[in-house]
Amino acid sequence: MITVLALMTIGILLGFFINQRPKIIKAVDKMTNWAIYLLLFLLGIGVGLNKKIINNLPTIGVQAVILTIGALIGSLILAYITYNLFFKPKQ
Amino acid sequence: MKNSLIILGFFVLGLFLGLSKFLPDFIMESDFSMYALYLLMFLVGIGIGADRSSWKVIKETNIKIILVPLCVVIGSLLGVAAVSIFLPQIHLKEALAVGAGFGYYSLSSIFITQISGETLGVVALLSNILREIITLLATPIFVKYFGKLAGIACGGATAMDTTLPIISKYSGKEWAIISVFSGIVLTILVPFLVPFILEIL
Repeated sequence: MITVLALMTIGILLGFFINQRPKIIKAVDKMTNWAIYLLLFLLGIGVGLNKKIINNLPTIGVQAVILTIGALIGSLILAYITYNLFFKPKQ
Repeated sequence: MKNSLIILGFFVLGLFLGLSKFLPDFIMESDFSMYALYLLMFLVGIGIGADRSSWKVIKETNIKIILVPLCVVIGSLLGVAAVSIFLPQIHLKEALAVGAGFGYYSLSSIFITQISGETLGVVALLSNILREIITLLATPIFVKYFGKLAGIACGGATAMDTTLPIISKYSGKEWAIISVFSGIVLTILVPFLVPFILEIL
């Protein structure tokens, strides 16, 4: 994973220097989308071939729902506190 | 939204191909998703570096604004940690990694698949897609009961693009910049935080 982060950092620096060239940026955007499509496509294949996941799909779904509810409730409570403490307009 | 559907379309297409097993061996055996991930991260980096508006937003806003993505990070992680008590098959670390996707399902599920395997990758994919869908549907209610930051907090990384229209509609246009800022910070954070949680914690 260090390689991944190093590549991303190199990318950020490179991006910083080419931000005057809209053509390159547009091409990069397009390639980014296609890289994401490719990876999700490959993940799809991996999942389809993986009996363990396919047989446990309902369990995996329930786990995902529970984790989402947790993340959302946590975020909402902190957002409520942060808003009332720091962002609410003073009367 | 259109982009999300295309991404899901590719995932589903792969899923059916995998199920049907009509695949040449080299796809099933080689590990070229790792190289695709290298390419993706390099491109994502260029995108972040080249995006003038993200640097501008960061320069122009006052220090208080950093509290917004911070509260999303802390809230999401505490929340998933709390509910992981009900999930004996999922370690605390794994729950935290799923929560650290902040709705950025494409990248977080790719990372988690690479580090922890496909099962947790699918949990991350579903959970973070759901986060985006719930934000799109429930932001009006959340804003009513939890204040103007509620939509931004639920949207997480998606608050900069897919969920921005609904957030700016129900919290008000003046919150759009804060929403974009929070989304950008969280988007940049995902590729650092997810591997950190899984490999170092």
